[in-house]
Amino acid sequence: MAQVKLTNLNKKFDGTHAVKDVNLEIRDREFVVLVGPSGCGKTTTLRMVAGLEEISSGDISIDGKVVNNLAPMDRDIAMVFQNYALYPHMTVYDNMAFGLRMRKFERPEIDRRVTHAADVLGIQPLLERRPRQLSGGQRQRVALGRAIVRNPRVFLFDEPLSNLDAALRVQMRVELKRLHERLETTAIYVTHDQVEAMTLGDRVVVMKDGTVQQVGGPLELYDRPANRFVAGFIGSPAMNFIGATLAEANGSLWAEAQGLRVRVPPQKAERLRRHAGQRVVMGLRPETLRPATAADSDYAFDATIDVVEPLGSEILLDVRVGDSPVVARVDPGLRFSARERVRLAFDPARVHFFDATSEAAI
Amino acid sequence: MATRGPISRALEREDTLAFWLLAPTLLILTLFIAYPFVRGVWLSLSNSTVGEPGHFIGLANFYKIFSDSIFRTAAYNTFVYTAITTVFKLALGLWLALLLNRHFRGKSWVRAFILLPFIIPTVLSTLAWKWMFDPTFSVFNWLFWKLHIINSRINWLGDPELAMGSIMMVNVWRGVPFYAISLLAGLQTINPDLHEAAAIDGANRFQRFWYVTWPLLLPVTMVVVLFSVIQTFADFQLVYVLTGGGPANATHLFATYAYQIGIGTGLLSEGAAISLAMFPALLLVVVFQLWYIRKVENR
Repeated sequence: MAQVKLTNLNKKFDGTHAVKDVNLEIRDREFVVLVGPSGCGKTTTLRMVAGLEEISSGDISIDGKVVNNLAPMDRDIAMVFQNYALYPHMTVYDNMAFGLRMRKFERPEIDRRVTHAADVLGIQPLLERRPRQLSGGQRQRVALGRAIVRNPRVFLFDEPLSNLDAALRVQMRVELKRLHERLETTAIYVTHDQVEAMTLGDRVVVMKDGTVQQVGGPLELYDRPANRFVAGFIGSPAMNFIGATLAEANGSLWAEAQGLRVRVPPQKAERLRRHAGQRVVMGLRPETLRPATAADSDYAFDATIDVVEPLGSEILLDVRVGDSPVVARVDPGLRFSARERVRLAFDPARVHFFDATSEAAI
Repeated sequence: MATRGPISRALEREDTLAFWLLAPTLLILTLFIAYPFVRGVWLSLSNSTVGEPGHFIGLANFYKIFSDSIFRTAAYNTFVYTAITTVFKLALGLWLALLLNRHFRGKSWVRAFILLPFIIPTVLSTLAWKWMFDPTFSVFNWLFWKLHIINSRINWLGDPELAMGSIMMVNVWRGVPFYAISLLAGLQTINPDLHEAAAIDGANRFQRFWYVTWPLLLPVTMVVVLFSVIQTFADFQLVYVLTGGGPANATHLFATYAYQIGIGTGLLSEGAAISLAMFPALLLVVVFQLWYIRKVENR
């Protein structure tokens, strides 16, 4: 059980600044997910916590003790690698027991811990097999088993599910969550998959180009993204962005773009008024859009349907508003056809505005 | 569609195609391996000499060579020579491979340089060594003299014990690059994540080598050792150039002695018998190592 604190953490490889001034406090027993596109510095950050990568500047402390110069084995952490990194020449049992043997545990204790972990993970019958005789999902479990037998202070996960097929990934995601609830160990999890981040994380850290964009609970990131990048990264299908100009008329603020003129909701108008006359980016999540009724006059716009994607549980409408492509996620009971004109309304409480240059949320 | 001729139709058949694809290799193997081998066996069972076809005399040549003390020395030398040089080549080659597997500036240059002893024609580099071992002009003697380590000349190739040691030294020098480069290739196939996983698991540098690197490198090591043992066992050039088997026949190996008897004195049949005498030993080594490699790879 441990807190992990990253203070002004930096990593420079020759020529590239991979991690820039990362500050993060991970609470005891918290499950924190680092998420971002490839090259955003998330894995490098994790590897610095593991001790596999030297720190260029800044501090990493575990339970208040700076561990910058501690070897990986002295940090009391366990790591699950993307490709599992199981020892191919050892049996499943030996793979799980290796860390305990290196730490000079007594044989009965090793046996007890490995058996227990194998029970928890349902890999009891596989203990005598070798990694290459296992399926991807089974290898994944062994890798988890190797981490949990040690009962470390912190678990580190480096994209552990990305080598699994889609169905298995969903299943393992649930199991990981269950496992974390059971083990109550601090965990840092790296992924590029925002769905994994949202479902697993107590808190999610969104990174881009080596910097932290936003830290928050999954719904906080979804509902109140700090900038356009986070807004676009979290949520699937992604948020729609429409470039617009703000204009005052009849005592209200209006967002105008080609083929669109909608009212800025009163609760947002206060903050947006000083951007009047300027370009902004309007953000609308696909699920906040629906076919308009007569009552929606100020919060609706006309669009032309490009493609209809019926997914069974919902319909994705790829439409065009002026020049901007927009995706709407609508009720599966409705019927649409391509090239049809449709009027879409949005929930005024859930429209976002971003500064056109700084991209920060307004 | 154009109708196809009888040849292309015949080649559609898998067994016909297989035969024609194998034919060139079979021909080469037959001409250059099988025929000389069978011919060698026949020679060893005959009393043929240069210019004399000879006739079948059974195992007489073998009885003769086994009671020949020079042959027994050569046999002993060959085993000792192979065993000692293999151990050194493996140890030094592995050490070098581990060093070269690290990241450092000019890595590719160093790797290329390492190969030099392997690339230079053996006879040429051995002649250079012969010069360095020369009783009068030896650079080693000069160096040790200057360093006040010795006060009389060392006769590197004139003393029977020392001569064998000198030859082994050259063999190790020449053989290490092959080990280093092959083992380096093997090391590079080992996923670096395994080392990181082991480091996190609490293994120190030596433990990471012993429990992770070494077992994973073993199949490659066995193949390298197999090739090397076969080559060392049949080594000829080093001894031929450095000592010619002397002093007083003390440094003969199977190959040089077979040459001396078979070609030097023209007793073809006896020479063939000496060459063939190393065959059972080599066969055993090969069979054991292939069995072991298969076992290691299957686990």
